[in-house]
Amino acid sequence: MHETDMTKALIITVKDWYRSQIPQPKINKIHLIVGQFTCVEPLSLKFAFEVQTRNTFLEGVELAIQDIPLIAFCHTCQQEYKPNIGLQYSCPDCKSPMDDIRSGRELKIDRIEYSTLEEQVVKQT
Amino acid sequence: MHQTFDAALEINLLHANQTGADHNRKHFDRWGITCLNIMSSPGAGKTVLLEQTLKVLKDKFKIAVIEGDMTTELDADRLRKYDVPVIPINTGRSCHLDSKMVAGGIHTLEHQYNPHDFDLVLVENVGNLVCPAEFEVGEHAKVALLSVTEGEDKPLKYPVMFQEADCLLITKTDLAPYLDIDLDCIADNVRQMNPNITIIYLSAKTGAGLSQWFDWIEKILQQNPVKHLSTQV
Repeated sequence: MHETDMTKALIITVKDWYRSQIPQPKINKIHLIVGQFTCVEPLSLKFAFEVQTRNTFLEGVELAIQDIPLIAFCHTCQQEYKPNIGLQYSCPDCKSPMDDIRSGRELKIDRIEYSTLEEQVVKQT
Repeated sequence: MHQTFDAALEINLLHANQTGADHNRKHFDRWGITCLNIMSSPGAGKTVLLEQTLKVLKDKFKIAVIEGDMTTELDADRLRKYDVPVIPINTGRSCHLDSKMVAGGIHTLEHQYNPHDFDLVLVENVGNLVCPAEFEVGEHAKVALLSVTEGEDKPLKYPVMFQEADCLLITKTDLAPYLDIDLDCIADNVRQMNPNITIIYLSAKTGAGLSQWFDWIEKILQQNPVKHLSTQV
């Protein structure tokens, strides 16, 4: 369950951001980007997040996970293709190995949606 | 009245681990140490590989082991017989080593030994084909083991580790005659996603292939530019 560790990292990062805000806003939603060619299972991550944020400032915050497909580029065919994870990674046309991954390795916190009272608005940089 | 906003963070989830890994690598570089991260599923033969490696290379290079895959002290005792520092890491129930845990091992190396004396640190990761691949620990190269009993399809099912590895050791080849396994198929499956990987077939039991593994280690040690004055001794 390395999603537990990933969630810890996520919470620490969000907490750092939260503490840097004056005044502290209400976080509504956290957007993550998770590539399909990572070892992270989005459902496990959501579960771990829900459990680990209970009774914290993040309780009830929605975790939105954008799944990014694995896309590779075949230099022989000069085209992108979508490897069939679990079955085949080489180019379906010419069978060249997958040596140029264009997407699918992402694992990041994209953005945070938050709200604050209008008179408290502080501009984000 | 409320207003809603977006704050763009674009921070990698593994940022903290990566920073720690880079920090560990800087330590290794300063001391002229090459670090290998050795990963596999449980029971693929990491410990016996280390035994055979220490037996032969300990007189040639100054080696330390950071031992993460340890359910008991038995494993560490097996390795200590070769008279090299074996630094156990308390991984708790974690399914992988992370850079912070390995930093603890580096700290021990620094304070209980003279780290400048060492050429090679072998990190034995927790037995697991999934998680260790995502957590760099400060290594200069990744070594994956896959035993012939695990089946040809494992690289396809657990691709990240095999895609990241610099060297694949296909272990327990002495058992291959008793199994319906196609060794070339394992190699083909891995090369589909990692065409430049070095693949070595070996049996720690019979010793077949071990010399190629030792040659690979020596090549990596020589490639690592920060060294290698002490190896000329």
